[in-house]
Amino acid sequence: MRPLDYLVLVASMLGIAAYGVWRSRNRATLEGYVSGQKDVGWGTIGLSVMATQASAVTFLSTPGQGFESGMGFVQNYFGLPFALIIVAAIFLPLYRSSGVFTAYEYLGKRFDGKTRLLGASLFLLQRGFASGITIYAPAIVLSTVMGWDLDLTILGTGILTIIYTAVGGNDAVNITQKYQMAVIFVGMVTAFVILFLKLPAEVSAGDALALAAGFDKLNAVVYSTDINQRYTIWSGVFGGIFLSLSYFGTDQSQVQRYLSGTSVRESRLGLMFNAVMKIPMQFFILLLGVMLFVFYQFAPAPVFFDHSTWERHVNAEGGAYLRTYEAAYAEKMDAKRAAIRSWLDARSRNDAAATERKLNDIRTAHAAAQNVRAEAKAALVQRDPAVKTKDSDYVFITFILEQLPVGLVGLLIAVIFAAALSSLSAEMSALGTTTSIDIYHHVINPKSSDQQSLLVSKIATAGWGVVGILFALFANVVENLVEAINILGSLFYGTILGLFLVAFFLRGVRGNAVFWGAVIAQAGVLICYANLSIGYLWYNLIGCGGCVLLSVIIQSFIRPSKPTRFSPTTS
Amino acid sequence: MTDSMSPNASDEKPGVPGFPSWPAVYLFVVGVFVLIVAFLSILPLIAR
Repeated sequence: MRPLDYLVLVASMLGIAAYGVWRSRNRATLEGYVSGQKDVGWGTIGLSVMATQASAVTFLSTPGQGFESGMGFVQNYFGLPFALIIVAAIFLPLYRSSGVFTAYEYLGKRFDGKTRLLGASLFLLQRGFASGITIYAPAIVLSTVMGWDLDLTILGTGILTIIYTAVGGNDAVNITQKYQMAVIFVGMVTAFVILFLKLPAEVSAGDALALAAGFDKLNAVVYSTDINQRYTIWSGVFGGIFLSLSYFGTDQSQVQRYLSGTSVRESRLGLMFNAVMKIPMQFFILLLGVMLFVFYQFAPAPVFFDHSTWERHVNAEGGAYLRTYEAAYAEKMDAKRAAIRSWLDARSRNDAAATERKLNDIRTAHAAAQNVRAEAKAALVQRDPAVKTKDSDYVFITFILEQLPVGLVGLLIAVIFAAALSSLSAEMSALGTTTSIDIYHHVINPKSSDQQSLLVSKIATAGWGVVGILFALFANVVENLVEAINILGSLFYGTILGLFLVAFFLRGVRGNAVFWGAVIAQAGVLICYANLSIGYLWYNLIGCGGCVLLSVIIQSFIRPSKPTRFSPTTS
Repeated sequence: MTDSMSPNASDEKPGVPGFPSWPAVYLFVVGVFVLIVAFLSILPLIAR
């Protein structure tokens, strides 16, 4: 990075944070701090919900996913529009009409205090750890590639977010997210345009897409009913509805976003904006990855995209032989390039038979190049069994650093930081709000004044930021951290969703039944996890289904209690 | 009275031209989803 890149990066990140703090100053009440001025329109809500979900990993890993496996990952988001319709039609009006600050407060009104505490605790446990990975994941990639100190990168990201989130509260999060999303959109579109401009002159956009299709990279929808297929339209729609409903409907980091709207109308339109735009956005990011794949068919591609790790091993004692893989890979890529040129020639002549024949030649050459890449990765593992051979996360950042002009490199690094800050600030704000409202005001000091709760909310927001930083600083002691966090989330998400589904749809079930149903279901999930080796996503279903079923069964054994004053369908 | 306390808050009309009710908005979202899936399904064929 050049000085101009650093200027763009620092000015955009600090400028947005400072503006957010300035705009959200004078939030002197708890409601103003945790809910904002309730003057937020659907556009801001829509961008805020989108920014909260899209973390830095989205912009580092998703293009890599497109590069490696094509467009199939987009199916993961197929359940999202349906889940958002359910949230907008059912969850949102219930939250708004009950006048709650947090989703767990609703559980307290519908059931009782202990169920509220259970829901809040499960959220804090899961999201508290997850905030660490939100800081750690981009920091480890950026520090590796840029040569920055990992601890300083973590501290810089965390402290900046703590300052503007703890000072400005919910409004600061909303305001900064809007501008951070603007940086992200401008940066990603710019990268996409430059990527196309960098393709050889004789390769049109149509040729690029046809080449990608030839490698099966554009196969976005898989209709197979084989459950062993990782991404299909069926798992995407049905599994996706379930996961998105948990996330958008019960996770305070999202609930707080759409509860800050001026009205139900604004919040609903903000959610519908996401329901329409999310799949195209993910498609666009994946397509960027696919086009990177096409780009590196013509430009010199490294045999291993994590350049720092590769060079460290090459330059270590006895590592020089790794250069032979570089030479072998370059040779195979040259052969593939020649095959692609022949294919382009056949294509320009509209010779269908020759085009198909040349495409097979390209596939053969591609397989040979991939074999060399696999051998190079195996050689790395042989030298260091702990080395991570999945280098797809480094593809986009390699393109940014090697291909973009000065100034734009800073803008694209700002994209990654903007994404990290936007999701982290929403998480910290939600954690602080839940700690203040559901733990401090509800359990520790129910007679606390508005000012006391406001102070606790600010301290808790900053405190959870510190927890996230500490977790990120010590994260490298945990092997495969991202997967560990995903497993942790799946272990608790199901039970939390179960609590809310009972609250919304099973009016006859009361507090004691749902509380013990949730506790037993959660224990069951943990026992299953300790004894079974099923895919961790299934624990969402086990937790949710177990909680709902057990609540109904337990309630049937309990003498019907007096109807509560609060009805789930209060309007 | 804020809208969070208004008994008819959730009955508010979308106020978007062409969409007289919320079910119409939801139907539009589902329609867009179907179009996107259809487009993605034929994308490899178009590209070739």
